[in-house]
Amino acid sequence: VENFLQQLLNGVTWGGIYALIALGYTMVYGVLKLINFAHGEVYMVGAMTGFYVAHALGFASQPSLAGLFVTLAAAMLACAALGALIERVAYRPLRLRGAGRLAPLITAIGVSLLLQNAGQLVFGADPKFFPSIIESRELLRVGSIALSNVQVVVLVTALALMAGLEFVVMRTRFGRAMRAVSFDAPAAALMGVPVDRVVLGTFVLGSALAAAAGILVGLSNPKIDPLMGVMPGIKAFVAAVLGGIGNIPGAMVGGLLLGVVETLVSGYLSSTYRDAIAFLVLIAILLYRPTGLFGTPQTEKV
Amino acid sequence: VRARLLLVAGLALLVAADLALPRLLNPYYLTILTRIGVAVLAAASLQLVNGFTGQFSIGHAGFMAVGAYVSAALSVYAGADWLAGLSGALPAPLARGLYFPLPLLAGGAAAALAGFVVGIPALRLRGDYLAIATLGFGEIIRIAILNVDSVGGARGFSLASPSQPGLDLRYEGLGAIYAVVALSVGVIARLVYATGGLAFRAVREDEIAAEAVGVATTRVKVEAFVVSSFFAGVAGALFAHSEGYVHTNSFSFIRSFEVVVFVVLGGLGSISGAILAATVLTAAPELLRGLGEWRMILYSLLLIVTMLLRPQGLLGQRELVPSWLRRAAREPHGAP
Repeated sequence: VENFLQQLLNGVTWGGIYALIALGYTMVYGVLKLINFAHGEVYMVGAMTGFYVAHALGFASQPSLAGLFVTLAAAMLACAALGALIERVAYRPLRLRGAGRLAPLITAIGVSLLLQNAGQLVFGADPKFFPSIIESRELLRVGSIALSNVQVVVLVTALALMAGLEFVVMRTRFGRAMRAVSFDAPAAALMGVPVDRVVLGTFVLGSALAAAAGILVGLSNPKIDPLMGVMPGIKAFVAAVLGGIGNIPGAMVGGLLLGVVETLVSGYLSSTYRDAIAFLVLIAILLYRPTGLFGTPQTEKV
Repeated sequence: VRARLLLVAGLALLVAADLALPRLLNPYYLTILTRIGVAVLAAASLQLVNGFTGQFSIGHAGFMAVGAYVSAALSVYAGADWLAGLSGALPAPLARGLYFPLPLLAGGAAAALAGFVVGIPALRLRGDYLAIATLGFGEIIRIAILNVDSVGGARGFSLASPSQPGLDLRYEGLGAIYAVVALSVGVIARLVYATGGLAFRAVREDEIAAEAVGVATTRVKVEAFVVSSFFAGVAGALFAHSEGYVHTNSFSFIRSFEVVVFVVLGGLGSISGAILAATVLTAAPELLRGLGEWRMILYSLLLIVTMLLRPQGLLGQRELVPSWLRRAAREPHGAP
């Protein structure tokens, strides 16, 4: 039982990270109906930015919470800019030309490849070790269940960011515009909502969250490399679909669920099946609820 | 009569090509040309589902993996003995030529079966949910194979038979490989451009309207999926038997994405477009090899820029076909 609880705890931590990445997928999907396959690479760039910032400002040698905060902020800003750039260069021109939904999917794959390869050129293909910006120690121990301060920081940061996002989406003018665009973009445009600016803002928000996820992964799982975004990117997308893509609480629940299931499977069965289980869960859920856990059923109209 | 003449001429050309090409070209070019053939077949087969039937599948690599591994296992565990027996009775090239179609058909059949099993539940889903489910099935297939020890697991699987140690199970005849590719693409083209093929496009354009005029939409979708998987399996089997070594890493979702890129970049609903894109995009990284580490960066930029300039794909829905082939396709079996 204690082992189970420990695994559960690890799973929730990992799930929080998935959830942060999944939010970016789901928000972009909500407003554009686009699967932004470059999102995993934004997360990678976030981790890499964190690596360089932490080294440049000396947080790597002097761990502190303030250092973590600064690193986090820097990476989020950098990735917000990157997300905006991707939107402007790779997606907006297609949208303005009225291209279908598939052309942006291919440019997304192109951007993802570009960032992976540029990452190998700029950062080097070898794995790097993320500096321990906060000293890892055990906070609490009940029986054999250990809770480290890194886990607490990861969870608290993830939850705080999600709460912040919830506030932005539900309580601000921008959030209302975003919901309007995601509900019906042409109608929102007619009502004077600046759709292009809302889309840009969505990319900025989503990319910043991905950057935060990158830093948090760096803290709990320090080996980072330019291809680190590929698998978590796909898994987070699965998490978003699990919850019902386009649905923000769905992405959070989907991320947590996926993190827990994966950790339990690699703990109890075998880690080789870890990557398969995410997809098995996904398919099982889709067969019973074809639009995800929280998705609204689509009715077909003639 | 003309069709038969064409067939004989084609066969003669193939034999000549198989004999001449290995002497004319160095093995590097032969390998690239083979890979182009595999890519073309993969792209054309996916076009049937994604371009003509309008169902978006991004798990094609899973079916290629089934074809590759089943055909490789057949060759290693049984085919090697048969081939050795045949070679004893017949001249070696003839024996190889006779044996070669067998693993291809087996790989295709196994992949078609997998496509059927996956297609029945997956095709109930729509749009992006279908896409992600096919992606999931593709990955599950890959990881399942990764955990089968008799086909090498994480070590990969070499086409070397334990019972016939000296026997080379690879098949590198470029002429025969391209014949298989051409035949398969021909079958796909006949399927979608025959009158019955209208059903695929009807489902793509408007499922409800298609249903209303009596198209059994579910059946058509599953049919497209199974045929597409069959040829993906053949492509995988070709890949396994030309490389002589397979590894599950060659069949990850990245490979699936690559095939989707061929199909969309070439133009959804255009077989010749898919062939064009598969050829160019498979050759491009090799042509750019002189650029060193900038190669893949340029490749991805090329992809982005092309898509920005031609959002409808290189050929849109048009086909680029020489007129004699078009006529031959319309009047099969040498009709007057």
